[in-house]
Order: sequence, then structure tokens, then C-alpha cells
Amino acid sequence: MAPKSVSEVVAVLSEQGDRAKLLAGGTDIIVQLREGLREADVVVDIKKIEEVTSFNYCPENGLSLGSAVACYNLYEHPELSKLYGALADSTHIIGGWQIQSRASVGGNLCNASPAADSIPSLIALNAIAVIAGPKGERTVAAEDFCTGPGRNVLENGELLVSIQIPAQCSNSGSAYERFIPRNEMDIAVVGVGSWVKLAADGTIADARISLGAVAATPLFAEQASAILIGKEPNEEVFSAAGELARQIATPISDMRGTDEYRSHLVSVLVKRTLITAVERAQN
Amino acid sequence: MSAYKKVHVTTTINGEQVDFLCEPRHSLLEVLRDSLGLTGSKEGCNNGNCGACTVILNGRPVDSCLVLSAEVEGAEIETVEGIACNSNLHPVQQCFLEGAALQCGICTPGFLVASKALLEKDPDASEETIRFDLSGNLCRCTGYDKIVRAVQAAGQQMREI
Ligand code: FES
Ligand code: FES
Repeated sequence: MAPKSVSEVVAVLSEQGDRAKLLAGGTDIIVQLREGLREADVVVDIKKIEEVTSFNYCPENGLSLGSAVACYNLYEHPELSKLYGALADSTHIIGGWQIQSRASVGGNLCNASPAADSIPSLIALNAIAVIAGPKGERTVAAEDFCTGPGRNVLENGELLVSIQIPAQCSNSGSAYERFIPRNEMDIAVVGVGSWVKLAADGTIADARISLGAVAATPLFAEQASAILIGKEPNEEVFSAAGELARQIATPISDMRGTDEYRSHLVSVLVKRTLITAVERAQN
Repeated sequence: MSAYKKVHVTTTINGEQVDFLCEPRHSLLEVLRDSLGLTGSKEGCNNGNCGACTVILNGRPVDSCLVLSAEVEGAEIETVEGIACNSNLHPVQQCFLEGAALQCGICTPGFLVASKALLEKDPDASEETIRFDLSGNLCRCTGYDKIVRAVQAAGQQMREI
């Protein structure tokens, strides 16, 4: 079924509970249903709903990104890709071109993979999830949205409607980088998103760093972000942030990499993304 | 449950209006191949990894195994069968043939569709762009080099037209 309004979706979800699954780009849910990882009696296509499929930016309120907006809309957009560098980086490497034509950032967030490429960028950019449900609307910060691998804060009857990302000014910049053994089409061994805002004198006025694939959920590296504030942006400071970020990482060892290797990657990628984010903020 | 109720879908495939009935769980790939006899699109993995099932949906390349057939109501679809113009092969087809950019051929329809979309966007695409944008298409035979060369050659022809 393909309802035309959020309230209809809420009604179906409230009634069917777990037996109803939402379809945005379908690149995760169709595979999960086909492989028996998830089951559903009803699949609800949400792409006929205006609020969910549209996006707009204004300098006061920032970016309002409908939860089913496909990835390519972000990295192909001349202004948004500059304003939200980290998100452009992420959306350009989620799957291949065919996947990016369909997969959405909202879906990536709801799917709540610890290694999801867009979530560290959302956290770094201070994004907020707007959720509709039987009791009305509520908001949850991106870093609080995932509760475990494949699990999120959505309760019975609720859906993610949009993601709100604060407006960017000319002296802010962000970047996302992941490490994968292949060149593309792979799952992050570690992913890091960084955002910085520079003061008029060139020092760091504010910063947010987020880590993916090193814990059960993507993490906001609060202390690593905080020590950057008021500092000159240089290698030494970035390394210190990398070290602090590494301390909150509790990675596992699997076929993609050992825990020790992942921890090492955290500090490397924190440094690299900070360098890019600062460069982008300066330009 | 509704899973067994057939859905009626009207869509445009390769410029022609097409009607079909499908179950809500059927993918576009299944309908193309099994109901409509358009077997050019291949099933490699059925999970969005290989790109053998690539079609153009409303102007964008997608994996048809990851599209539900009920979703394409009112859409415009182009499959590999629609690439050639009557008996004239499209430059990507011609260049794949001339450059021997295929061996077993199962990946080829997907590569042709994705390459055509890529070159229509940017006939000047660099080798790096070609490799990046075609990373959603896997080939186990050729080692990719001949494919990349064929796409470059086709790009050159398209620029000259
Ligand atoms: S069959 Fe669709 S991507 Fe492989
Ligand atoms: S030619 Fe055999 S998979 Fe590409």
C-alpha cells in the first residue's frame, strides 16, 4: 500500500505493529524481507507522501530532509553538497550508483547499522530526527536515535518523517571518511564524521566528531570534540582529539579488522576528517 | 492477507505503455523477466550487489531486484532491450562488442544500461569516474579493463555525434 499522508501511515503502523514495514528506497528492507531477516504482512510505501520525499534549505532553519529522499539528491546538489560536505561524502559512497538512486539517509538512520555511512555525518552535523506517532510529533537527536545494531528509538506506530540539520555558515565545514579494504561498495571498518566552525581569528569555535563501526551504535565523541574548542586548527590538536576519540571506541574484532586496528583507524580518520573539515570551512 | 492480492500496474517500458498484474512482493526484475518476457535484465545476486539487473527508472539507474513492481505505477522504465535504436546498436553496445568487453555476458546488460546512463550524464567521464560510477556493477570474467576502455570509446563516439 502507498498512503498519501503521515497520519495514514501512523494508523497502519499502530494497527499492524511489527507486521507492517515501511518502504522508502527499499535497498535494505527488500533484501531483509527476501532473506527472511525480517517479516511483514504489509509493506507500506511512504514515497507518495510529500513531507517524506521533499527537502528544502533555508538560511534560518537549515536543511529539512524528508526521510525518503534518495542519496543522490544530496551529493548532486551544487549548494547542499558544499554546505553539508560530510553528508555529501557519505551519500556518495553508500552502495553504488544504483543504490544511491534509491537509498535514503532516513532509511540508513532507521536501519541503525553500527557501520552506517550517513549516521556519523548526521551526528557531526547536529541533526535532529523528527518522528510522528500516535501521540503526535517528537524529536530525537541523531546520536540518541540508534539503540543497538538494527534497533532504534521508534516505538509502535511511529515513523521518521524528516531530519532537520542546522543551517551552516560560511565558516563551517564538515567531512566524512571511512576506511574500507576495497575502493568502493564496501562496509566501513571504521567511519568518522567531523564538523567544525571557525571563529573570525581562525581558531575553532565549535566542533563535533562522530564515530561509526566502533561500538553497537554510532557514537558522538563529546570530549574529543570539546578539546578542539578555542584551539588553533593544527595537527597536534587534531591528534589529541584523535586520541580522545579512540578512548570511547569499543570495537569488536571480525573479518574486517581487529579491535586494535579499528582503534588505530579512529585516530587516523579523526585527524583526516578534521583536516578536510577545516579546509572546507576556510574556503 | 494482502500479500496474495494481485496489484494492477500501468507503466511505460522502453517508450511503450505496459499493463501487468503482480503480487505486491514481486520485484520489478521478476515482472520484467517472468511476466513480460524481457529477459535482457539478469539476476545475478538478487540483493543489490551485482548490478546485472540495472534498469533506468525515471531517469536514474536502479537495481530492478530492489524495486517492488507495485512501486513502478506511472513510472518510465528503460531496459537493455530499449537501448538500441531499431537495428542500430547504441555506441556502448557497439564498443562493448568491438572491444570484447564481455566474456560470459551475464553482467553485460547491466553494464550497458549503467554505462549509457553515465555517458548521457557525462560523455567526457574520466577513467576514475567511470570506475567509480560503475562500481555497482560486478564482473567476474573480464577484470574490468576492457569494460572501462569500451565505455571510454563509446563516450568518444557520443561526443562526436
Ligand atoms: S540481481 Fe539485482 S543487483 Fe544483483
Ligand atoms: S563477462 Fe562474465 S561476469 Fe562479466
